[in-house]
Amino acid sequence: MASSLVSPSPTSSFISNKKDLGFSAFPSTSQVAIRKCKKQVSKQIVSVMAPQQSERKPATTGSVKTGMTMTEKILARASEKPQLSPGDNVWVNVDILMTHDVCGPGSIGIFKKEFGENAKVWDREKIVIIPDHYIFTSDERANRNVDILRDFCKEENIKYFYDIKDLSNFKANPDYKGVCHVALAQEGHCRPGEVLLGTDSHTCTAGAFGQFATGIGNTDAGFVLGTGKLLLKVPPTLRFVMDGEMPHYLLAKDLILQIIGEISVAGATYKSMEFVGTTVESLNMEERMTLCNMVVEAGGKNGVVPADSTTFKYLEDKTSVPYEPVYSDAQASFLSEYRFDISKLEPLVAKPHSPDNRALARECKDVKIDRVYIGSCTGGKTEDFLAAAKVFLASGKKVKVPTFLVPATQKVWLDIYTLPVPGAGGKTCSQIFEEAGCDTPASPSCGACLGGPKDTYARMNEPKVCVSTTNRNFPGRMGHKEGQIYLASPYTAAASALTGYVTDPREFLL
Amino acid sequence: MAASLSQALYLATFTSSASKPSASPISPPSIKVPTFSPLTVQPLSSAFTPNVAHVITLTPHATSTPSSIPSDTSTTTFHGLCYAVGDNIDTDQIIPAEYLTLVPSNPAEYEKLGSYALIGLPSSYATRFIEPNETKTKYSILIGGANFGCGSSREHAPVALGAAGVKAVVAESYARIFFRNSVATGEVYPVESEVRICEECKTGDVVTIELGESRLINHTTGKEYKLKPIGDAGPVIEAGGIFAYARKTGMIPSQ
Repeated sequence: MASSLVSPSPTSSFISNKKDLGFSAFPSTSQVAIRKCKKQVSKQIVSVMAPQQSERKPATTGSVKTGMTMTEKILARASEKPQLSPGDNVWVNVDILMTHDVCGPGSIGIFKKEFGENAKVWDREKIVIIPDHYIFTSDERANRNVDILRDFCKEENIKYFYDIKDLSNFKANPDYKGVCHVALAQEGHCRPGEVLLGTDSHTCTAGAFGQFATGIGNTDAGFVLGTGKLLLKVPPTLRFVMDGEMPHYLLAKDLILQIIGEISVAGATYKSMEFVGTTVESLNMEERMTLCNMVVEAGGKNGVVPADSTTFKYLEDKTSVPYEPVYSDAQASFLSEYRFDISKLEPLVAKPHSPDNRALARECKDVKIDRVYIGSCTGGKTEDFLAAAKVFLASGKKVKVPTFLVPATQKVWLDIYTLPVPGAGGKTCSQIFEEAGCDTPASPSCGACLGGPKDTYARMNEPKVCVSTTNRNFPGRMGHKEGQIYLASPYTAAASALTGYVTDPREFLL
Repeated sequence: MAASLSQALYLATFTSSASKPSASPISPPSIKVPTFSPLTVQPLSSAFTPNVAHVITLTPHATSTPSSIPSDTSTTTFHGLCYAVGDNIDTDQIIPAEYLTLVPSNPAEYEKLGSYALIGLPSSYATRFIEPNETKTKYSILIGGANFGCGSSREHAPVALGAAGVKAVVAESYARIFFRNSVATGEVYPVESEVRICEECKTGDVVTIELGESRLINHTTGKEYKLKPIGDAGPVIEAGGIFAYARKTGMIPSQ
């Protein structure tokens, strides 16, 4: 039984076939459900499935009646219910609502239309507004949208508004951060056990902190602005157990590309994805963010990593707000469990035009590329640039294609210019990038990850082939509809920049 | 059935536990809410009018034409040309990021958004969804494959489709946020097909959707297809979205 549950595709050697996996908490009724689910997934992408309600075994301890997953527990606390099951619809109290320049004006429009021109937001300290998408552009409407945010924040006295006024020099704007999901973490807005909603599908990034975080639309955000609540359906949880020592040529991006390739772009639709195991425990916070960032690319509602000492340490100097982490019970029931032996994994890419179009990087070595892009909420964090610098340093060579670097936030930009790269004799990332012939790191923003206005830095205005550390490679994502995007880790992206072909980083990282 | 249940999202809360969304959508929805969670927040009240069927009146929202607004979902039909797309049509293809500077809640920009609907489809789609220099589509029904609306959470996507004149999308399955945004805005009916029809219906075919009968008829090919019931999402979309529905049913005070 267990082996059929945990090895949905025997084609992959990273999935163990261990028989003894200890599924004692798994009621036999759910096996059918999982089989059914697997069948549908493998035959065809099926995005919508009702969470299968399985009988739950009473816990053996006195205090816990029924096991709950982390996600169920967070939503139970936020809805003031003692117990929740997948499929329950509950009104959830929101801890943080985040919006940005693309969806903020529309959300504000709905808030004003529905609650009144002079209505007050539910809590001025729980709304975080981060201009980040279309900043360094001469597009008038894009500029106007940031003005709308500014006016609203002034009217409502919003506590956390990371404004930018001087577009010619981002450094002249001390409040400006950059990419919202990275800024939320750096500014201490991501806390274990809380509920964070945002008008951006990659809001799920914050699940790295052991919180419930998911993306919503403008209308829902308008509702939250007025009430601080939202009706949410409790998702069933898929559990991903990743064990084994992470090889030095892999990054979290490889792990999530592996998982999406395994379950497809709709494999987690309506579901929560929980990441556990010794490999996950060994990841730093930014790598955990990469893992959770792309759960939406599998259709997931949220992703979670249990908070631990790494999490607490990261938060130490970032927030004084008390938080209370929660963890899945041993008796919690998971819709399905996947196991991976990460020590056997190889560097991966997602080929055009879907994040689940997985291939080994070395299988694509004949794919000639035109450019490399390192940036975004997925691959534009400090650790991502340190990783890229490590490859350039190891090779000592120059890039063969234009290599664009877009730090996610002002803090990341500063790190690139100030942090010494380990083993580089005191050199910073910026020095290494310059020696390798990369473009000068650009102003922090979402940049060309999603194309954006025509004058966006590094936007694909022609049908080029790009290796990118971003999150999506659907047609037109980075600008040109016929452009081809290979999603990859910062290691693989840097290695590819050095050769001009999609390249396995082991060629440089010996 | 199960799928429509899970898709009803927050709507399920508005129904009594006795009438799950899987109950027949053909009869006028009889909605009783004995256990509606009281919102203590000021602008909302927990008062709720029991019978929605009598409360819903004709209020065309921005995208609706009078001919397509019957008074209850059981007789709602859409008739027109269909436009067929494949699997995993993401929201970047529905409305590319360069047009996201348009604010959907601004009426003039709403119209403009519509004119760019599906402009991100690759050139392999020989027939364009909206003719050059037009602002509306001639295809009122969009037929898709699996995982329609995946990717970015931009609400601009269902809004652009609605603004372009789309009444309903019929797809094998939906990405979560697109489905929710469609219902919350009331812009388009996101209907699921029982079988994969995106390869059997061709762009330009004349089709009719009978929501009450959960049926799609392709008049060009003469074939009929079963749809999954829209369930309690129907009345919300018909009302013009979640806020309009809540006002009509007395969940929140009328303005």
